[in-house]
Amino acid sequence: MTEWFQGTLGYGFGWFVATLILILMIALPLMLSVAMIIYADRKIWAAMALRRGPNVVGPFGLLQSFADGLKVYLKETIIPSSANRGLFILAPILTFTVALIGWAVIPFGPKMVLADINVGLLYLLAVSSLSVYGVIIAGWASNSKYPFYSALRAAAQMVSYEVSVGFVLISVILWAGTFNLSGIIEAQRGHIFGFINGFGLNPLLFPMAVIFLISSMAETARAPFDLTEAESELVAGFQTEYSSMSFALFWLGEYGNVLLMCALNATLFWGGWLPPLDWGPLYAVPGIVWLFAKIFGFFFIFSWVKATVPRYRYDQLMRLGWKIFLPISLFWVFLVSGYLMVTRYGAFS
Amino acid sequence: MIQAFAFYLFASILVAAATLTVFARNPVHSVLWLILSFFNAAGLFVILGAEFIAMLLVIVYVGAVAVLFLFVVMMLDVDFARMRAGFARYLPFGALLGVVLVAELVLAMGAWSAGAIALDARAAPTPAAVPNIQALGTVLYTRYLFIFEAAGFVLLVAMIGAIVLTNRQRRDLKKQDTARQIARRPEDAVRNVVNQPVGEGVTL
Amino acid sequence: MLRDLQLVAPELILCFGALGLLMVAAFVGDRSLRLVNWLSVALLGAAGLVLLGPAGNGGDAYLGLYRADLFASFAKVLIFGASAVAILAANDWFTRDGTHRPEYPILVLLAAAGSGIMVSASDLLTLYVGVELQSLAAYVLASFQRRDDRSVEAGLKYFVLGALASGILLYGISLLYGFTGTTLFDGISRALAGPEGISTGELFGLVFVFAGLAFKIAAVPFHMWTPDVYEGAPTPVTTLFATAQKVSAMALLVRVAIEAMGPAADGWRQIVIFSALASTILGGVAGVGQANIKRLLAYSSINNVGFALIGLVPGTREGVSSVLFYLAVYVAMTLGAFLCVMRMRDLDGRPVETIGSLSGLSRTQPGLALALLFFMLSLAGFPPFLGLWPKLLVFQAAVNEGYVALAAVGIVTSVIAAYYYLKIVKTMYFDEPAGAYEPGRRTATGVVIVAAALFVSPLGYLLIGPLQQASLNAASSLL
Repeated sequence: MTEWFQGTLGYGFGWFVATLILILMIALPLMLSVAMIIYADRKIWAAMALRRGPNVVGPFGLLQSFADGLKVYLKETIIPSSANRGLFILAPILTFTVALIGWAVIPFGPKMVLADINVGLLYLLAVSSLSVYGVIIAGWASNSKYPFYSALRAAAQMVSYEVSVGFVLISVILWAGTFNLSGIIEAQRGHIFGFINGFGLNPLLFPMAVIFLISSMAETARAPFDLTEAESELVAGFQTEYSSMSFALFWLGEYGNVLLMCALNATLFWGGWLPPLDWGPLYAVPGIVWLFAKIFGFFFIFSWVKATVPRYRYDQLMRLGWKIFLPISLFWVFLVSGYLMVTRYGAFS
Repeated sequence: MIQAFAFYLFASILVAAATLTVFARNPVHSVLWLILSFFNAAGLFVILGAEFIAMLLVIVYVGAVAVLFLFVVMMLDVDFARMRAGFARYLPFGALLGVVLVAELVLAMGAWSAGAIALDARAAPTPAAVPNIQALGTVLYTRYLFIFEAAGFVLLVAMIGAIVLTNRQRRDLKKQDTARQIARRPEDAVRNVVNQPVGEGVTL
Repeated sequence: MLRDLQLVAPELILCFGALGLLMVAAFVGDRSLRLVNWLSVALLGAAGLVLLGPAGNGGDAYLGLYRADLFASFAKVLIFGASAVAILAANDWFTRDGTHRPEYPILVLLAAAGSGIMVSASDLLTLYVGVELQSLAAYVLASFQRRDDRSVEAGLKYFVLGALASGILLYGISLLYGFTGTTLFDGISRALAGPEGISTGELFGLVFVFAGLAFKIAAVPFHMWTPDVYEGAPTPVTTLFATAQKVSAMALLVRVAIEAMGPAADGWRQIVIFSALASTILGGVAGVGQANIKRLLAYSSINNVGFALIGLVPGTREGVSSVLFYLAVYVAMTLGAFLCVMRMRDLDGRPVETIGSLSGLSRTQPGLALALLFFMLSLAGFPPFLGLWPKLLVFQAAVNEGYVALAAVGIVTSVIAAYYYLKIVKTMYFDEPAGAYEPGRRTATGVVIVAAALFVSPLGYLLIGPLQQASLNAASSLL
């Protein structure tokens, strides 16, 4: 497509238009799926609590999220008089933007990726480390104590879990031999016994997959690690002073981040757009369908955990991150690299 | 064309953000401008073809260092009016530093254009057509392995130092021992009382 | 690969030994203190012993990043010995204050490893990493008694100024790399010896590198941190700074000057001459008014560094060997002096550091007073004591190359400095006893004091032959 536009509109301008269209092709469906995933979240949660969940607006309540969106849109945006005005408005925009830009490197199928850069995984790590700023800035700019507490919690939490996430990613990179996400997916083709796709079932990488799943809940501040918006302690955390669209942007950004983390789980450990088995007929189904199925599967796990696991205390959260995940993942990097040194690169032979 | 446009965009934002870092009245704003300038510097690295360093800059500086920085600055109560009071007093010294820096820049640029810098004689020239992550890794883990490992020990010393100087063993705190909690069985804590007449209570 | 590991064996032993001891300390806790102490001393001994093997004089390792030669081995023996004494001395010192922790010997081990890397560095990057490893450990050690304000102040001051010096050093390194295109000492030497001579950029780099290293050896004009840090840091740590770290920085400076910048000798000679003169004069004059013995010894160390630098000025084999000889004797004298200072405690067991409190020490503790007399007279360079000999060697090396005026100024300042050493002797022997002293205790360091005192006494002249031969051999591996 880029070539076609470049052919008709000239090199630079054509590239610009084509990229813009591609970005819209990712961002718009993403917004739609965020709306639907919020609905799904509420339905799953309700089902586990033996409730009905949203069931009034539209068939089966399917349009509930859109009704909420409309409502929020029509409300007045209130900016507290003592807030730091510019930063107060910047924070939700930042959160939302950061949730979107991560998708640029996620492959949706063979060659179906906006930016096929060779440091894709590092880019994702960089983007996920940016997401903390939305929360910190919101908490500080609100000039109110609960949001500020929430900001401090968020900063410590995200920085802590990023460390073990980094080590998990290193062991995946070691095995795949590349930072490029498409390359990582290709490396998983027929990884187990030549016909199961995905690193996740590899006994050496399975513990990493589990740590990554749990850490991604902590990174996105989802239950049971949602201490940043613990309603029984901090009202609504960093969102306390927000209203109307600024609040909606936080909401969208949060779910966008959750989806991104689900996509990452699927891509890094469970084969991304590859079908579960390396078997011809399964490739008839487009890769994007497999990826969406996996993303939804992980989202179901996220909702399931949210509905069933009670919230961690803050010291427990920190203990899990620093005293359990960090040593295990560090040791695992040693283990994986040692194994690869012996088997793949022929140390001692 | 796009490269040139991107360069001027990143460079101008970088310079502007760096200037505002110095001149912002609010320290938190200063840190945020600093983050913006880090980010644009990363963009410049990408244009240079050093994508690995660009990503590291964002991950390490923006993602970790600046967060902690912001953390501290937000909690400090800095009185800027008082800090600026000494501005005039330190101005000559600051100006001197500025002049020295400018002189060195001129010197370096002059030497560069004179062609005196022998970059060809580098100990580890970068081979063409190798991604820079791979090139860096190869050099770090072969040619400079010794220094790399020694640098690891430098970091270890910093860590030991931080712990030695700040860690206090407090004995007046109650700590949770998760393993003990999990190991505790119902038999240890609960006693089943049967055939107890009503109204007489139990001995514990 | 295996060969490389053999060559860096002393540092490997120290680093991995420190890691192991760290585990012991972490899992056993403070009860492991004695064990960790003695094991650290044993590790330093082992690191010294492997110098007898290929690590002692085996050539280049890691493609020229690290050089195991006799020069490095000479310095390493001094460094490891002084570090071991600093560990032993600290055992008594910190235990009595209740602040001893197993991290102390571990940090000393890592600092010794850093010093070893420094003296063996034959690449600017190795140099920098070694300096940082040693300095970071030193900053922490300086504020090891963290409940003592002076100790914390010393650590902070040392850290801030040390970081500045590292920055200057690194700036010089980057300039040298930029203008010569290499960080290897040999490569730099070749580039400087080129037909077009030294460019301005290279000269700038040279000046900055020397400035950074001058800070590490505490030579004037980069000495200002020394008195405060030496006074504030716990005395065993000060001992380490004044001996092991000074030797490593000095040896590093000599190696950089001769190996990397030999062809640019005209460039650095002026710097070294200025620094040597300024150090001897300032160390001699400013020490006179000091009331605190640790401050006084700080100025004494500045003064001594000046003398050692005089030996570097000619840049000859004889000069370098005189520097090494000077360092060996200086380490013995300084160790002894500081160990004596550590034994000064009043009846309540609190350390005393004023010179006034030494009054009449000859009557309350004659043995200690005699040992201190030996060290002071030797530091002053009084004839029958060994301290005279290295000074003679240094001046001889300078005069032989025609630096007569330099040697003359050195002799004058050594006379000035003799004043304050003699003042201490006078206080000990001719003043009325000031306060009661705690009676002497039997500790491991007593043996070291006796050994050092015997070494600097006229008996030490018996060792001049072997020591001079060793220093000459070491110097010839550079030139």
